[in-house]
Amino acid sequence: MKAGDLLELASRNLREAVLRNTLTTLGIAVGVASLVAMLSLGVGLQEFASRRLERTGLFDSIYVRPRQSAARPGPGGGFGRQQQQQDADASAGVPTSPDIRPLDEAARKEIEALPGVIEVYSEVHFTAEASLGASGQLTTVAGLPASDSSNDAFDDMEGHFFSSADATEVILRAEMAQSLADAANIQPAALIGRTLTLRFPQRQARAAAPAAPAAAGLNDLGMGFSIVPTEKAFTIVGIVVTGDPGVGPGGLGGSGAYIPLKVAEQLAPVQGSDLREVMDESSASGSAGAGGVRYANLTLRTDGPGSVQPVEDAIKHMGFSTFSLLDVTKNLRLLFAILDMLLGIFGSLALAVASLGIVNTLVMAILERRREIGVLKALGASNRDVRRLFFLEAGVMGLAGGVVGVGMGWAIGRAIQFGTRIYLNRQGVPAENIWSVPWWLALGAIAFAVLVSLAAGIVPASRAARLDPVQALRYE
Amino acid sequence: MNNNNGAAFDAIEVSRHYRMGDAVVRAVDRLSLKIAHGEYVALLGASGSGKSTLLNLLAGLDRPTSGAIFANGRDISGMSAEELARHRNQTIGIVFQAFHLLPKMTLEENVELPLRLAETPRAERPARVREALDRVLLTARRAHHPSQLSGGEQQRAAIARALVNRPSILLADEPTGNLDTRTGEEILQLIEGLHHPAGASMDGGAADGAARGMTVVLVTHEQALAERFADRIVTISDGRIEREERR
Repeated sequence: MKAGDLLELASRNLREAVLRNTLTTLGIAVGVASLVAMLSLGVGLQEFASRRLERTGLFDSIYVRPRQSAARPGPGGGFGRQQQQQDADASAGVPTSPDIRPLDEAARKEIEALPGVIEVYSEVHFTAEASLGASGQLTTVAGLPASDSSNDAFDDMEGHFFSSADATEVILRAEMAQSLADAANIQPAALIGRTLTLRFPQRQARAAAPAAPAAAGLNDLGMGFSIVPTEKAFTIVGIVVTGDPGVGPGGLGGSGAYIPLKVAEQLAPVQGSDLREVMDESSASGSAGAGGVRYANLTLRTDGPGSVQPVEDAIKHMGFSTFSLLDVTKNLRLLFAILDMLLGIFGSLALAVASLGIVNTLVMAILERRREIGVLKALGASNRDVRRLFFLEAGVMGLAGGVVGVGMGWAIGRAIQFGTRIYLNRQGVPAENIWSVPWWLALGAIAFAVLVSLAAGIVPASRAARLDPVQALRYE
Repeated sequence: MNNNNGAAFDAIEVSRHYRMGDAVVRAVDRLSLKIAHGEYVALLGASGSGKSTLLNLLAGLDRPTSGAIFANGRDISGMSAEELARHRNQTIGIVFQAFHLLPKMTLEENVELPLRLAETPRAERPARVREALDRVLLTARRAHHPSQLSGGEQQRAAIARALVNRPSILLADEPTGNLDTRTGEEILQLIEGLHHPAGASMDGGAADGAARGMTVVLVTHEQALAERFADRIVTISDGRIEREERR
């Protein structure tokens, strides 16, 4: 029999026992609904977590260091034999091996030009004295790129983010704001709009080599630059309540104030990395590094976590060391895959029970339709025709149950979402979307329902096909 | 295996035994019967004589325990289940005592069923169904369900269903068993019309039956009806041919 005729007969048969078949289909629908509701919650939670993590900027960022400096003592570094040899070569004026490349302005531009890179910046992190008036207190200041305006650390801030990339504005961390407010005997919120003066050591390039060693002052250490005390006034525009924004690998823990990165770069404050330069230049008698800017490290943002790996590979190929939190993301995905699997198993239990309903319905149908099967066989239906007919009936029930079940699962998810929003609002927490039914889940659930139904139909369909037509025709 | 001896059916030493507990029921026992093309044969016998079992074997609904059955020269006892299904669909038409129309389908849909099974193109089906219903004078009732028809009309519809694939052989198992005498006679007249279609030769024996219309095998326990319509009466008792009478 042709597929069209089989489908027509199967649909007709299903309509004839409409109550029983509807109940069976409903059973499948409930199974699919529980599966969809469970998995949509898992997927929703995963998307929620990914969304939150992506907003921290950690998962689409790459941290770049020169290979040479990566091996130095300090965070993540250490002396290796090869490195010792290279340093010795550099001290002796022997050119270092070509794969050790300085992280300078040219490299920064090359990295900026890579596809998928949307922003490259150097970390600026320095110590300054912050004061509202006469008395001040030491704090660390960090430069923040403009893209950090979307960082969820600033979601609940008091005030607002920098009005522009070159605004002379400062955002205080809550602890710092409290300390300044206490000193001024005012409420922290009253700090917003007031002027904060930052005093810090500034690095200034020397116009020419000193005339004689005797002329060198305290701020002239015989290097390629001078250190000059400087101060600059900033308007306090915000107070960030939560933890440190995710700048740099693991953040700049402990920064008390944040200013726009562009402004921070223009201030040219003396940073910890400058000490390394002092060491290098002292040992090399000022012959190296006196020219262009050399970065201790650069941070770059990609257009999404998907671009991280190819950009990282390209930068490594350029001869730099890189670090990203991609591996952490991978582990997170694995965790959610396990969670989804467990939710899927629990959701599938209801579908497994529903599949027994299909078996029961089809077995009942065979009993009721014994004579019909006999007639079909007498008229020329083959065993294959009969098997396919019952198989198709199971499949149609699975398809209908799957479609209805996805709708029900979607409705259940919406209800959970609605309830969650109300609960979170009552708790004073901003509502978040923790539920999602992506198209692949909807289609997959329907396909799974059809598959389970067909599997449930195998035994009854085979029984129907094997019926002896003579016995079937005698059946009353 | 083929046996092109020109017979519609050639049953050779056919047995159909059933096991009921320790006992063996010999429903058909080493029976040989040859039916020519165009012949009208009545299988006559008491209830339980084995005539319906023989009909089921000829129809390919059942398989013999031993022996061979050739239908149109082809050994149906050795056919696969798929081949037997095709044989039932293409070569023969079957009419049952209980009509066996599907109650939820209209007459039209019931008659269309063998065409669906034969994978006849949809475009051809309405004309074929109408042709079959015309032959049994039920065209006007084509949209009715079996429950809306009399017993005689249901049996005529069953005959239309048996004819729709234009088989060469019609097997009828007690087609009048559920009908009153007058209606039963109408049905047998209808079958006789298929065996002796208008314009076909009415003389001559079974040998020239091919020119006379369908081969008919009628199972009945009513001797008078058998004598009135059949070319040959085969009386069966205890699974064996007791007597053959050519008319």
